[in-house]
Amino acid sequence: MTVTPLGIPRRLLEFTIDGEPVRAPEGSTILDACRAAGKDVPTLCQGDTLTPKNACRVCVVEVEGSRTLVPACSRRAEPGMEVRTGTERARHSRKIVLELLASSVDLSTTPQAAGWIKEYEAKPDRFGPDAARLDEEPRVDNDLYVRDYDKCILCYKCVDACGDQWQNSFAISVSGRGFDARIAVEHDAPLTDSACVYCGNCIEVCPTGALSFKSEFDMRAAGTWDESAQTETTTVCAYCGVGCNLTLHVQDNEIVKVTSPHDNPVTHGNLCIKGRFGYQHVQNRD
Amino acid sequence: MDLHFGDSKPTDDERAAVDALLGLPESSWEGADRSDADLRWARGGRAARNRRDLLLPGLHAINDRVGWISEGALGYLCRRLTVPPAEAYGVATFYAMFSVAPRPTTVLHVCTDLACTAAGASELCAGVEARLGPGSGVSVERSPCLGLCERAPAALAIRSGDPVRTAVSAPSTVREAVVAASAPDSAPEEPPAGAAVPQAGQDGLVLLSRVGVVDPSSLDDYRAHGGYTALRRAFELGPAGVIREVTDSGLVGRGGAAFPTGRKWQATASQPDRPHYLVCNADESEPGTFKDRVILEGDPYALVEAMTIAAYATGAHHGHVYLRGEYPRALRRLEHAITQARARGFLGDDVLGQGYAFDIEIRRGAGAYICGEETALFNSIEGYRGEPRSKPPFPVEKGLFGKPTVENNVETLVNVLPILTMGAPAYAAIGTGRSTGPKLFCVSGSVDRPGIYELPFGATLGDLLELSGVRPRLRAVLLGGAAGGFVRPDELDIPLTFEGTREAGTTLGSGVVMAFDDTVPLPRLLLRIAEFFRDESCGQCVPCRVGTVRQQEALHRIAERTGAAAADDIALLREVGRAMRDASICGLGQTAWNAVESAIDRLGAYE
Repeated sequence: MTVTPLGIPRRLLEFTIDGEPVRAPEGSTILDACRAAGKDVPTLCQGDTLTPKNACRVCVVEVEGSRTLVPACSRRAEPGMEVRTGTERARHSRKIVLELLASSVDLSTTPQAAGWIKEYEAKPDRFGPDAARLDEEPRVDNDLYVRDYDKCILCYKCVDACGDQWQNSFAISVSGRGFDARIAVEHDAPLTDSACVYCGNCIEVCPTGALSFKSEFDMRAAGTWDESAQTETTTVCAYCGVGCNLTLHVQDNEIVKVTSPHDNPVTHGNLCIKGRFGYQHVQNRD
Repeated sequence: MDLHFGDSKPTDDERAAVDALLGLPESSWEGADRSDADLRWARGGRAARNRRDLLLPGLHAINDRVGWISEGALGYLCRRLTVPPAEAYGVATFYAMFSVAPRPTTVLHVCTDLACTAAGASELCAGVEARLGPGSGVSVERSPCLGLCERAPAALAIRSGDPVRTAVSAPSTVREAVVAASAPDSAPEEPPAGAAVPQAGQDGLVLLSRVGVVDPSSLDDYRAHGGYTALRRAFELGPAGVIREVTDSGLVGRGGAAFPTGRKWQATASQPDRPHYLVCNADESEPGTFKDRVILEGDPYALVEAMTIAAYATGAHHGHVYLRGEYPRALRRLEHAITQARARGFLGDDVLGQGYAFDIEIRRGAGAYICGEETALFNSIEGYRGEPRSKPPFPVEKGLFGKPTVENNVETLVNVLPILTMGAPAYAAIGTGRSTGPKLFCVSGSVDRPGIYELPFGATLGDLLELSGVRPRLRAVLLGGAAGGFVRPDELDIPLTFEGTREAGTTLGSGVVMAFDDTVPLPRLLLRIAEFFRDESCGQCVPCRVGTVRQQEALHRIAERTGAAAADDIALLREVGRAMRDASICGLGQTAWNAVESAIDRLGAYE
């Protein structure tokens, strides 16, 4: 059973979403309130355990009185606010953002992207065959992870997870500017020459598969990755006494990757190198 | 924090450059030799952690001394400041004036922006590159606007060393640019700041009355020309009185957003959180804008005095001037003015014996238009990438270092002096009811007398162009810079006020007026504007990062096409432009489509 901390009681704010009155606890974001009201707003860069960076802009909504659209993931709800989630204007921006992203990045391993592209009738190829994109080979410079820049949407979640929000290793940052901006370690060196401690927490939060387990990457390349055939078992890490929860993803009786439940009040999805990658001994059959 | 600094070592030069800024390291944790004491405790680390704001000055120190930032130099600076190397690398690669790859000691920045392109920058670039080929020890770089539009085409040479040497060549020829780059010390002196003010010395000027008249290096001369009377009046009025005067004057921000200054000051002054900060935004990088440079070069004490008043009114004791890195002479003049003011008691612990403490620190930008956005500027000063923050919270509540901050640009601040000396009612009587006071305009392009003009709000665009000697066969006028919009030659009766330009469907922006005659190829100009936004996007949000690229690609495709052949791409541009305006985080992305849209709609650029 997961223990959910209750926290201090919070005042309820009253405002409207799409004309319907809603009440949300003080401090909620518009997105929280939308989800509580059963309205889905698409999000890519938003994560359940990190401060929203609101960089992707697919969750934009209209707020009465605001000159521009507002990112639902990070804007706090205010009393009396009039929020509209599905206007032509908001849908237009979402469509264009999806087109811009899909024309520059490979979204094939991004959950829900294909559905949204269909829903918003985005046509990423209308920018023509010469539309700039990265076109870079995946970087494989160690046995644990692969960095596939072609899939990176620069959501900053890995940077935040490696930095002061989770891991405090500060091994990665954004370098460069504009379209040339990219996630990099210092001097864009191989991961092995960097401050990386291989906790894999960046993989845990990556929304697009730009960061992945080497095991998953190799199996995808070999065509053997089959999520529908995988089972997930959550257990407790046996390496030390902290008691981190591990979710073992098993396919054909082999552990293929390890994640961690984000609603765990102790770790919030964080693991260390041993919990994340040190699973070979479990399946050592000798 | 768990930091890993690697094994790369700085050279003696690099170490000296950093130590000159930070002092000698105290322990091996900071990069000194290891002593027995270091083995026992980590002294220095914690104390250094709040020095991250010295990252940008540190990068400047290395880049100035060596010309580029090596792995060893960056590692040493990071160790001294307890900054993670990956983050410092992210900061160093953010700015156009820094290089993380070896390059020649001299860099010649040749401006290729609008006014310079119209004045032949491409030929200048080609000529300079032919003369200064590989092996010349000079790296020739195509640069965004250098803020020397009244003397286009322009070039700026920077030679690293101790001290760093700079030379400006404008208007430049191939021969003069080569001299500036190969012997910056012996390059001819720039014309005085007053030369950029065609009205210099005329009666009735308010903001420009001293430029070209006063000796910019002399505090006494400044005082002899009315300097520091406004500050004395401020002390008589008290902080609340100053804010009341500024509010009553109707002054609104001159940087483009036109926010009421009095309201901003009041909102900051009333914040209970301390300390309060004052930031002067002198990062004008809007192509076509050079008014801040002329004020700083011609009347630097005016800014020092105005900042003192603004700080006094809002309860700040520390002010930062964020000055764009491409302005070496403005930097020298302002540094000198601040030093003199401090030595004479006009800055420091006890300003004018009134018991009020205030001092000013200059921060140099390093080539990033986005740092003119107020929150990006805070990040830049704090030692982070110059990416804008999402608002709310607004700066008056959480600004620099997370504290209440009032940020104004140079022109806005300088307006405070006449408000206090002539009184709010007299000031408000200048201009129109809703746009009060005098306004500076940066006029360049196809005019005989380009420069900074001061006119009361309400004069028409035609008046201004006539004053500056507009040349015949005018094709288009760009109002408000690259983020502004084009207007037609038959729209010159647009009144130059915030409300008048708004009614005409355009904007005053930062006060740029660029005239283009019919020899200027419009599609090439638009392509340059699109290139500018592509280069200057910080890359944080998708609409701007990818949208500016797709905009440039579409303009490239239709550069030689018109009519039906361009229709598809124009429709695409409209769709992308609308999303950039609606969904980008900050003003850069929100305005990146303005000028192109206006060229299509008002000028019929591709018909």
